[in-house]
Amino acid sequence: MKTISFTSLICSLICCALLGMGNAQTTAKDSSIYAELSKAPKKAVARHNPLESDPEAAAAGAKLFGLHCAECHGEMAEGGKKGPSLRADPVQQSTPGTLFWLLTNGVVRRGMPVWSKLPEPQRWQLVSYIKSLRPAAAQPAAALP
Amino acid sequence: MTFLYRFLFERNLLRLHSILGHPQHSPSLLNRATQSPDDSRSRIRSGIVAVLSFFILLAGNLCRAQESPYIVTYDHYLEEPGSLEVEYFSTFGTQRAGNDFHSYWMEFEYGATAWWTTEVYLDAQTTFSDSTLFTGFRWENRFRVLQREHFINPVLYVEYEQTSGADKILKEVEGHDVAADYADLNADSRQEHDHELETKLILSKTFKGWNIAENTIATKNMTGGDPWEFGYAIGVSRPLALKASAKHCNFCRENFIAGVELYGGLGDRYSFGLHETSHYLAPVVAWNLPSDWTLRLSPGFGLNDNSHRFLLRWGVSREFSGFGGALARLFGDRD
Repeated sequence: MKTISFTSLICSLICCALLGMGNAQTTAKDSSIYAELSKAPKKAVARHNPLESDPEAAAAGAKLFGLHCAECHGEMAEGGKKGPSLRADPVQQSTPGTLFWLLTNGVVRRGMPVWSKLPEPQRWQLVSYIKSLRPAAAQPAAALP
Repeated sequence: MTFLYRFLFERNLLRLHSILGHPQHSPSLLNRATQSPDDSRSRIRSGIVAVLSFFILLAGNLCRAQESPYIVTYDHYLEEPGSLEVEYFSTFGTQRAGNDFHSYWMEFEYGATAWWTTEVYLDAQTTFSDSTLFTGFRWENRFRVLQREHFINPVLYVEYEQTSGADKILKEVEGHDVAADYADLNADSRQEHDHELETKLILSKTFKGWNIAENTIATKNMTGGDPWEFGYAIGVSRPLALKASAKHCNFCRENFIAGVELYGGLGDRYSFGLHETSHYLAPVVAWNLPSDWTLRLSPGFGLNDNSHRFLLRWGVSREFSGFGGALARLFGDRD
């Protein structure tokens, strides 16, 4: 009986985790969502994208974005339920080094995982893609979902 | 693809309807007892399709994760928040004395937050010339300690295990675990019931594409007066290519991650060290398919006479992103 009670307790805790915590992410409505960008150290901000002149970097970054980022940030980086728009000014006006730093470190308490598991060149490819995006206002209406 | 989902969904809803709601369309309990094996097989097949359909429908979007190749060692990367990863692993082990075995387990790994991953395991095994049996479950939790990336990244691991003595998945090696412990008949070893608390300190670092991870293990069996037991696991891995190609491809080098694991026991509180412990060296390779699947393979070699001579491990996993949100919507959360 004791074992069954313990098992029930475990099951209840798992259900709580499944139902409750999965939605405990910060929404894109939070006005300070881009504040993390300003926390990048100066050394990181000053870093240059070593793949800046690589003509395939943005295309490879687009593929990586579709695989790893679109789920939260939207297929066209326009922002989703869990992640903010990457076409917004605070992102587009950030240096490549800042975006690379943010990708590497994530914003764990707001639900964005660290992406240092992607090798450094792939993170720079992602930065190339993000920097190639036009701001939402400048986008043709037909391209928006 | 949408058509396929709808087809599977409707087919299984109809089956469920016929079984639960319309007795005239479904056999009674008495009739079921006289059904042919073909009917039973059909019902099992339907059940499997229903479960698969459930996962496919629940996870509208599928994520292609960059999964680590390790089978024993943990690195500091947790499951993405709201994602569920369903994994199946097998271990074939040779025995110096006793029968060889094939153990297998299912893992359901869920990213509760970006700093907490929770996971349930279901273990089973087949010992050749003996029997097949379910050997227990585990509930594992991993907590990321630091918010950002540092020179070394610690993760705390806490697991509760309720297994029988017949458990042979060898997910980790600790204490004085030796090959001879696995030679008992299932009928005998299943009489032993363990309630274990297992803790790990995971330290991990990724540098220039290389991941180096070290796990220190401390385990306490809560059923008896057994002392704390210790173990270790070390892993090193690297993708075959660091840059991604612009094309979607199955065989691109960046989809393959290769590495090696070293793991073993370190004795217990009263006899800490390498005396009467077993140790393994295991190359590992993972193939992250763009079609959402990850395959892993790892031949392991025992490094001393206390170890199994050879362990062959393989696994397949699939990640369902947005699982938490889909589940919440299923239960009425419209946000």
